[in-house]
Amino acid sequence: MRAPWRNVKDADVQRAVGNLLRGGVLLAAAVVLAGGVVFLWRHGTALPDYRTFRGEPLDLRELGGIVRDAFSGTGRGLIQLGLLLLVATPVARVAFTAVAFAFERDRTYVLVALLVLSLLLKSLAG
Amino acid sequence: MNTLVFGGTIAAASFCAGFLGSLTGLGGGFIITPVLTLVFGADIRYAIGASLISIIATSSGAAAAYVKEGFTNLRVGMLLEIATVVGALVGASLTTVLPTRALIVLFGTVLLVSAYLTTRPHAEHLTAALPPDPLASRLRLDSEYPTAGGPVRYRVRHVPGGFALMWVAGVLSGLLGIGSGAVKVLAMDQVMYLPFKVSTATSNFMIGVTAAASAGIYLRHGYVDPGLAMPVMLGVLAGSLVGARLLFGARTDRLRLLFAVALVAVAVEMIYKGVAGGR
Repeated sequence: MRAPWRNVKDADVQRAVGNLLRGGVLLAAAVVLAGGVVFLWRHGTALPDYRTFRGEPLDLRELGGIVRDAFSGTGRGLIQLGLLLLVATPVARVAFTAVAFAFERDRTYVLVALLVLSLLLKSLAG
Repeated sequence: MNTLVFGGTIAAASFCAGFLGSLTGLGGGFIITPVLTLVFGADIRYAIGASLISIIATSSGAAAAYVKEGFTNLRVGMLLEIATVVGALVGASLTTVLPTRALIVLFGTVLLVSAYLTTRPHAEHLTAALPPDPLASRLRLDSEYPTAGGPVRYRVRHVPGGFALMWVAGVLSGLLGIGSGAVKVLAMDQVMYLPFKVSTATSNFMIGVTAAASAGIYLRHGYVDPGLAMPVMLGVLAGSLVGARLLFGARTDRLRLLFAVALVAVAVEMIYKGVAGGR
């Protein structure tokens, strides 16, 4: 008896990973763009000073603060949330590749993809 | 100059970075960093944060097209990614032990020589006629890629050599904080004999994963500024989508030349950074 996913080919995997990437990137871009409009609306004429490094305020450095700022509608918060979505696309790409290789019954590459994913998550979490 | 003009100029430079980065597999960081620091006088830490965002945007923007069309070799990419990420972790722990400025000049010089090597194409169309490499066959790395005359099969060679070089690329990027796209393309093209377009597309796929690994650190240190990253991300993304449309029809010899010129720019930038210091 053959399961339907028995015939999953590299081409199917490629199409699925490609679509996932496109969706993630477009979503991230839309959020950044929305944040950019709000940001420019409020700061349109004042040129920020990037010559001296002050570092971002704490609420724009970590997940909880960014989400809070984004949902209270600040431009900077929204942009930062979009950037987080962008950073998430390569992570989702690796995770999805692992699932796709599992459908292909390619055990070696499921392990390879999971190893890459765990290394990635480890360094992301610092 | 106000925020609109400032953002617009950065977005235009970012468009070029995304365009070149997606076609060469180098990412766009080598354009973003000098534009922000030298032209706009931004602090290097803001530039590093923005350039990291540009690399991920180039990678994810172009990868969607490349993976779908079948240029990206997912197995080669995943396998080599292990070497790069482990290397990067080792490299990051060596920063206080090794003389980074001397290394960066040395590495820049190596890239300068490599730029010359890449302009001489190897017989990539002949690799399908060679006997299969046992390790590459067992790892199912051999594949095919689209050309105007239909899909062309290719064989992968020298897997251990490519893996070792990719580890070195990871160590260097972790140690020196520089993009490893150059070494990735070189390892796949010159050592593993992948077709050039497959090398650049697979490198493009991988650089996003490598950059995402360090994104957490930079974000927590406050290097990623939304006002700078917004025009960079949108510009790079648009550029990479346009670049990705052109890969299929591009002539390989012209792509090699474009890659070589971009590599010279990367190398000169690195040597400057090592000699001038601090940047």
